[in-house]
Amino acid sequence: MNIWVFAQESNGTATSGTLELLTKARSLGTVSAFVGGDASAIAGVLGEYGASTVYATGDLGGALPGAAVASAMKAVIDGGTTPDLIMFPQNYEGRDVMARLSVKLDRTVLTNNIDVTADGGTVTVTTPVFGGNTLVSTSFSGSAPYLAAFRPKSFAAESAGGGAPEVVSAPVPDLGSTAGATVTAVHVEESTGPKLDEADIVVAGGRGLGEADKFTLVDDLAKLLKGAAGASRAIVDAGWVPYSMQVGQTGKVVKPNVYIAAGISGATQHMVGMKGSKNIIAINKDAEAPIFGVADLGIIGDVHKVMPKLIEALKARG
Amino acid sequence: MKVIVCVKQIPDPALPGELDPSTNQLKRDGKLILDESDSYGVEMALQLVDAAGGGEVALVSMAPNDEVSGMRTALAMGAAQGVLVSDPALAGSDALTTAKILAAAVQRLGGADLVIAGTESSDGYTGTVPEQMAEVLGLPSVTFAKKVTVDGSTLKVDRQTEAGYDEVTCPMPAVISVTAGVVEPRYPSFKGIMAAKSKPVETVTAGDLGVTPVGWAGSGQTVAAVAQAPAREAGTVIEDDGETYAKIVEFLEGLKVI
Repeated sequence: MNIWVFAQESNGTATSGTLELLTKARSLGTVSAFVGGDASAIAGVLGEYGASTVYATGDLGGALPGAAVASAMKAVIDGGTTPDLIMFPQNYEGRDVMARLSVKLDRTVLTNNIDVTADGGTVTVTTPVFGGNTLVSTSFSGSAPYLAAFRPKSFAAESAGGGAPEVVSAPVPDLGSTAGATVTAVHVEESTGPKLDEADIVVAGGRGLGEADKFTLVDDLAKLLKGAAGASRAIVDAGWVPYSMQVGQTGKVVKPNVYIAAGISGATQHMVGMKGSKNIIAINKDAEAPIFGVADLGIIGDVHKVMPKLIEALKARG
Repeated sequence: MKVIVCVKQIPDPALPGELDPSTNQLKRDGKLILDESDSYGVEMALQLVDAAGGGEVALVSMAPNDEVSGMRTALAMGAAQGVLVSDPALAGSDALTTAKILAAAVQRLGGADLVIAGTESSDGYTGTVPEQMAEVLGLPSVTFAKKVTVDGSTLKVDRQTEAGYDEVTCPMPAVISVTAGVVEPRYPSFKGIMAAKSKPVETVTAGDLGVTPVGWAGSGQTVAAVAQAPAREAGTVIEDDGETYAKIVEFLEGLKVI
């Protein structure tokens, strides 16, 4: 079986999501990575994690990757190289490229997956629904290539110790009327401390905090525990904290050793992003809050009373 | 300026979701409401038309059983008209078919300067339909827009990224998807609700749009199995008596993280 992985670069190296997908892909067959941009900085690591071929579009000149990379993929397929499965990360660029390609190839897409198996020519993906309480296995029918997107951290990334891959140029053809969406400036919202999706401890706040100013309780506790601060979608939508702090289905998926949910009720969309945490502590006023269903330690109480005492106690320990 | 907003009418998310045991499809046969994440697109469309000094906001939607209650909410907010695609043959359609249908509905309304959709629905959350529609319509697209302004025939968009946001320019006509929270959706006024009752909504079938419905059978996927995920073991839940913070400290000590 031939598998393509849509590979992404961040700060000069391959993203962790890319390495996770490569690791899984090589257990299924022969792997090629497809890079939207110049691959020279990351071809080595892509090979190390199992890609024997790297397709690279070359510099996109600021073009959003959706139409550009999908067109480049289509051109390679039209040239006679058809993969059986194309794996995308479930993120902005992954979804955009996959969506464009699905129309070009007239193939369905299966998204939000956490696992994939291949049995002969049958490719089956597993998708959690209803906040992860139910797992649906879906097989592709019809002819390949099959298009599937996977949630972050679905697979553990492990080096295969592979050598340098063959790098093949896959230039973007003329995009015609679909061209023109161009990035003119990039803004990075700075945060201090460990990265949210890599931190060993995450302290997250929700609407139960009552007002934006009270988010300092979450920040203070996160700092004391040398962890990262996160947030529910409700307070991101309300503008209290930036989107980069959002934990959940449309935010970041975290799997820390300890997750502390302060004033978060546990909406499905949030639970999807944190249920994989090893240990969960929840503080919420509402005894009926769904978050208590997944908590190892649940405190039915007011975050404004419990959190300050907890912070004091931890400070006293020095 | 003419803006068309894709609105989805979904089962009330406050009620628990359910799969039909005979088809393994998400049940969507109850009363449907306007997906909250689409109310942001409707509001943004109304604001952009205002800022442009005039024009029209129209709606396209796809739903079983001629259901229009969610669309009426958007009409009450200020949209002028809509096309509803309602066809039993569309039950179980995948995202690609949905995109083809909605794109055809956009064309039935004569196209637009701008097509707005939510980033993903609150029930199916595939999240690919806006970009797929753009490809079907042969238009450029910007997904995950959190701020949108129009300068002549160019869109200026702040697009959400993993690390922050990008400033993106895009020629119109175009398709964008907007994130929740970008604007504050207005509440329909009483006058708006009354006016919405007489605003035109054309109900059409897939055949009327010239799209061959494929439904579940032709969607290129077969549900092989449905299983319960292993549940987390229930933990300890205690009521705060003013001293429970100590339990948290104890718990963290037990994990050797403090």
